[in-house]
Amino acid sequence: MKHNGKRAFLSGNAAIARGAWEAGIRFASAYPGTPSTEILEHCGEYAEIDAQWAVNEKTAMETVIGAAYGGARSLCAQKHVGLNVAADPFFTVSYTGVNAGLVIVTADDPGMHSSQNEQDNRNYAMMAKMPMFEPSDSQEAKDMTIAAIEISEKYDTPVIIRTTTRVSHSESIVELSERKEAPEREFVKDMAKYCVLPNNARKLHVKVEARQKALAELGCKIEFNRIEKTSSKIGIITSGISYCHAKEVFPDVSYLKLGFSYPFPTELIKKFASEVETLIVIEENDPFIETAVRAMGINCIGKDRIPVCGELNPDIIHESLKEFTEKQMPETVKFEGLDIPLRPPVLCPGCPHRGVFYTLRKLNCTVTGDIGCYSLGAFAPHNAMHTIVCMGASVTNALGIEKAMKEKIHGKLVAVMGESTFMHSGMTGLLDTVYNKGRHVTMILDNSITAMTGHQPNPASGKTLKGEPTKALNIENLCKALGFDNVHVVDPFDLVSVESTLKTALKDEQPSVIITKRPCILLKDYKPKVRLVSINRDKCVKCGMCQKLGCPAIEVNPEDGKTVINQALCVHCGLCAKVCRPGAITQAEEEVK
Amino acid sequence: MTTNILLCGVGGQGTLLASNLLAECAMEAGFDVKKSEIHGMAQRGGSVVSHVRFGEKIDSPIIRKGECDILLSFEELESIRWAEYLKKDGLIITNSQHILPMSVSAGNAVYPKNIQEILSSKSIQTIAVDAIGKAKELGNQKCLNVVLVGLLAKRLPMIDEKIWPEMIKKMLPEKLQKLNLEAFQAGRNIA
Repeated sequence: MKHNGKRAFLSGNAAIARGAWEAGIRFASAYPGTPSTEILEHCGEYAEIDAQWAVNEKTAMETVIGAAYGGARSLCAQKHVGLNVAADPFFTVSYTGVNAGLVIVTADDPGMHSSQNEQDNRNYAMMAKMPMFEPSDSQEAKDMTIAAIEISEKYDTPVIIRTTTRVSHSESIVELSERKEAPEREFVKDMAKYCVLPNNARKLHVKVEARQKALAELGCKIEFNRIEKTSSKIGIITSGISYCHAKEVFPDVSYLKLGFSYPFPTELIKKFASEVETLIVIEENDPFIETAVRAMGINCIGKDRIPVCGELNPDIIHESLKEFTEKQMPETVKFEGLDIPLRPPVLCPGCPHRGVFYTLRKLNCTVTGDIGCYSLGAFAPHNAMHTIVCMGASVTNALGIEKAMKEKIHGKLVAVMGESTFMHSGMTGLLDTVYNKGRHVTMILDNSITAMTGHQPNPASGKTLKGEPTKALNIENLCKALGFDNVHVVDPFDLVSVESTLKTALKDEQPSVIITKRPCILLKDYKPKVRLVSINRDKCVKCGMCQKLGCPAIEVNPEDGKTVINQALCVHCGLCAKVCRPGAITQAEEEVK
Repeated sequence: MTTNILLCGVGGQGTLLASNLLAECAMEAGFDVKKSEIHGMAQRGGSVVSHVRFGEKIDSPIIRKGECDILLSFEELESIRWAEYLKKDGLIITNSQHILPMSVSAGNAVYPKNIQEILSSKSIQTIAVDAIGKAKELGNQKCLNVVLVGLLAKRLPMIDEKIWPEMIKKMLPEKLQKLNLEAFQAGRNIA
């Protein structure tokens, strides 16, 4: 961690972890998901925090709820869609309340830099009736985590910290303090509080509504909700990163900055609105605050001008609201008519997934996909993934497609997911497939790590978040235990075996699982033996077979149309040598010593 | 006075270390600093960008289009991709290296020719250097990022020049310090 005496330059995620440590948090759990992942990684750097990777967001949430009941200040973190997975326990812990403080972080992704949707999780706070902080920078991320723990214990409620990608992944200066250990809070058996049987839950709901009122009053005096009064002409209500962007465009107007945005501080909003001529609400995605303002009978400018879709920035705010400022948009240089090729992410050179997608395309399979690096298999030249919905959906989507299309799809349908996704929520779908007599093939791409989010260990890695050895799941045995009689294990670089195994499995009347096993090429302690790959360009006949691999190290020379291997990128996996028909690309027999 | 530096390149080129180094030095020099970048898919060969802003008080972590003082580019195509962020008299410092996007290497798109000429036709001042060549001379092409930081540092007089080598020593493990201190100095000396 980058410490500079009492100040540090921290990301929002690192600041939340620091806040957790300073607030005396003892337990934290999460499933990795961009942009939330680093929160748990940073928690794991503090000896006093028992931080762990959970199998999925639901088990993480349930575990931290247990820890908070058991007396440890606790935190769980997830990306926005992760909270969907954890939604069941999430809603109910609002009723039971806590014992020790409980912080629930949701990191949303406006603009969908790395996500499948743009859901605005502030709506969850309202639906679950849970208080929520929205930090604007790293200092606030830390301070609000500490305040969240205090409020959690004082009001007997879990507290949400809602960040967005720009808060989680931006860095700014943070003042550091020391850790304050929390006094022990003994778990007292209290059936009326902790068992949400209908008769108890009815009483708990009444308590929740009373808590809402008290927290709305707190919201009117808490320091995180502040009025910055300058002119009475224009007043802006805003929260989170939108506040920072708005200040760039409107430095001189009045602000009501909502750091503790839910329950809505109704009286404070009314007061502010009454003091300004024009009221503007600036927020990303949904009209969350705006709807509340309008429900108070107050008119305002908001989503009639500011887009709902996508991430905000100062340029978009300026463009949307230019009639309210005399400032001109900055001049920019334009390159009309210039075609700048895009540079989207690609499967890395040496990626073990490449051979799988090459084969799926070759066999013209219909592929239901999942969430991970392998989602890139949907792009050209592979074009070998045809649905992606959410974590674990590959297998159950396939089951549904079979139910709809029956014989028409039999022998062509393959579900593809990574091993981490399999454990997250894929294995229940596999059980469904066996139970309900599905026949499709499921491929589990086991690369020994949760790769997409930056290499987190998982239950099949044999290592915990803290790096301690632990029992490693045997995926093959688990699939057999789920009821699969046909479980095949292949090396994804052995293209002949991948193809023949897939053909056999597709013909089968029973459902099958094919596990492809090879570590992620970027894995730090993975040092595969290297046999050098080279090309004899005289033999290249421009057949284009190597191009079908979609490897960044394989280039076409625009002069003669023949293949060139970019030696700076090539990791000598040898896949191109295996598909080269004229034998122009070859791999040495000898290993490099 | 706020200074806006945009760093851009291709995943795996070390832009993140360069932006960290810049931000930490600006903080050491007493400025408020914010930095923003999108990770997640960064290591998979995609286009990568870091916004670094420093001054008395910084609000948004994002640089506005048309307000960037210096664009520090690690690859030539990326320099023109992000050039619209430059302010009127802004400067581009770019590594002259070309890394072909997949669409180009597969022959489905063309890498624009004469990027330097296009930029100068728009009166954009550009310093193009073979930073990777310089890094290889020093014995490790990975230090190209610090070569580029050296070039940048020379154009940031508000950060005391003594801060940079001290920060390199603070941020990097001992075995990498000598190489990177040399790379930094080499960058300063290029132009």
